[in-house]
Amino acid sequence: MIFLAAQVLPGDVARRILGPFADQASVDALSKELGTDRSLPAQYWDWVSSFVTGDLGQSAVNKRPVSEIIVDATVASGKLALLAFIIVVPLAIVGGVIAAMNEGSFRDRLISVGGLSATAIPEFVWAVIFILIFALGLGLFPTTAQFPDGASIFTQLEYLLLPALCLVCVLFGYIARMARAGTIESLEADYTRTAILKGLPQRTVIRRHVLRNSLLPTIAVVATQAGYLIGGLVIIEAIFNYQGIGLAMFRAATQKDLPVLQSAVLLIGIVYLVATLIADILYSVLNPRVRLGAAE
Amino acid sequence: MSVPGQSAPAGATEIGTASPAAVGARGDDSRVATKERLALLKRSRTFIAGAIIVGFWVLCAIFGELVVPKDPLASDPINDLLSPGADNWFGTDKLGRDVFSRVIVGARDILIVAPLATILATVLGTALGLVTGYFRGAVDDVLSRIIEAFLALPVIIMGLLVAVALGPSKTTLILTIGVLFAPIISRTVRAAVLTERELEYVSAARLRNERTPYILFGEILPNVMGPIIVEFTVRLGYAIFTAAGLSFLGFGIPAPAPDWGLQVSEQYGLISGGFWWPVLFPSLAIATLVIGVNLIADGVASAFER
Repeated sequence: MIFLAAQVLPGDVARRILGPFADQASVDALSKELGTDRSLPAQYWDWVSSFVTGDLGQSAVNKRPVSEIIVDATVASGKLALLAFIIVVPLAIVGGVIAAMNEGSFRDRLISVGGLSATAIPEFVWAVIFILIFALGLGLFPTTAQFPDGASIFTQLEYLLLPALCLVCVLFGYIARMARAGTIESLEADYTRTAILKGLPQRTVIRRHVLRNSLLPTIAVVATQAGYLIGGLVIIEAIFNYQGIGLAMFRAATQKDLPVLQSAVLLIGIVYLVATLIADILYSVLNPRVRLGAAE
Repeated sequence: MSVPGQSAPAGATEIGTASPAAVGARGDDSRVATKERLALLKRSRTFIAGAIIVGFWVLCAIFGELVVPKDPLASDPINDLLSPGADNWFGTDKLGRDVFSRVIVGARDILIVAPLATILATVLGTALGLVTGYFRGAVDDVLSRIIEAFLALPVIIMGLLVAVALGPSKTTLILTIGVLFAPIISRTVRAAVLTERELEYVSAARLRNERTPYILFGEILPNVMGPIIVEFTVRLGYAIFTAAGLSFLGFGIPAPAPDWGLQVSEQYGLISGGFWWPVLFPSLAIATLVIGVNLIADGVASAFER
């Protein structure tokens, strides 16, 4: 499958490790030791079978067990991703609802066009802008995200806030747009008109009738953003030098560290698939029409 | 990417007037509609603003080399990291290259890569979408599974893997982005074709015993041009985003090209030392270009999707 794609990477792993001046004999010896001299199917089978037993092998570059590298990196990335989601989800939903309530107004244009532009600007451009303003200009935050070992949660937050903000900018537009579209749709729906005509106060109409119907699908959409988030993590972790799964993958790709690269890609693929699955399930659970339709 | 007016079949306009509800939000594709859309575009302020920004960068890409004050590739180690001033408007980078010249000329690489990749993706995606949407059944199932396999990983990760495998170059970048974006476009086209194929003009063409390729490209294609054009402008923005990201990671356009993403990644290490100018100006260039393309996409979407 996809992992074969990683195997196509050109260049000799052994050659890469020993450098261009090593003689061919020692390159061959190391190739044998690493098992990279065997045929691709043989290597692939080896990898799959050991993967099933939970043994991910060890890094071809620094000999650390892959599972150790991957687990550490995933925990680190998880922290960063969680922080970004905690900030972006309420912000984008509130933004989208405000835009929808003032559809066509200047505020709506600002949130819609501004949000989508923020989404379109690459993560590293946001990183440069935020670092210049908040880290170097105002001196509020550090320029890297890698907090010292054993740092308290507040120190960690201080280090992670800027990278998380970059991810927030990239994720904001799409979630806000979905929240806006959902809210507009339910504002125009018959049940909302009925509620208004019943004489319910506007606040109640919005909360009980509009939001309940518009936000549930939006929450499911959030899960589908996992792909953008992961893509963003690679770049953000590289620029902030943060030891997460993105940086691990990036390093592995540049150093031809296949064991690490394959495991990282596999893990990302699984996370991505699970997130999409959760999105589908959430959508049907949260939307009574789909849920009941399936039950019939 | 204009609508091929001469190939718009007579059937299309008839359908447009006969069952406007069925054709739905996209409207028909007669010449009148195209004119109306262009008029709408000309009145759209977001479109105009976007066109001015993107137009500026296109001019830079074409004529930049002729007008810039310095050679963007000439290094001058004695005058490295000069702060912005009268002689070097945006300062010089760590190799003493003029940042202003590099930013202006740097428009060229991204404005070659992103549009070519998007055109490739649109052509592939449209063909794929037409075929999957029109045939449905087994053909659709098989092709859709293959498409889903392509989408099983985030685009930037796939792009990174391919770029590493094939070695970074402009061609690799164009092919990678083009192929990776095609499935996304094909989904939009497929959805449009699914409603279109049920309309009378398609069955009429089938009854006339037209060949399938003609029905696909001569009859249906002109009628799904609206969503395709919208999709093209939207994807162009994403292509710039992805190309810049891959360049930044070092898997895009190879050095010493004055590509913006590459400039940022080359000079980024200096930022904590206070040397902000070699990093900030290319960053701002990318930001303005994507905002411009996005404004255009926004204007096109509201003109074509009503």
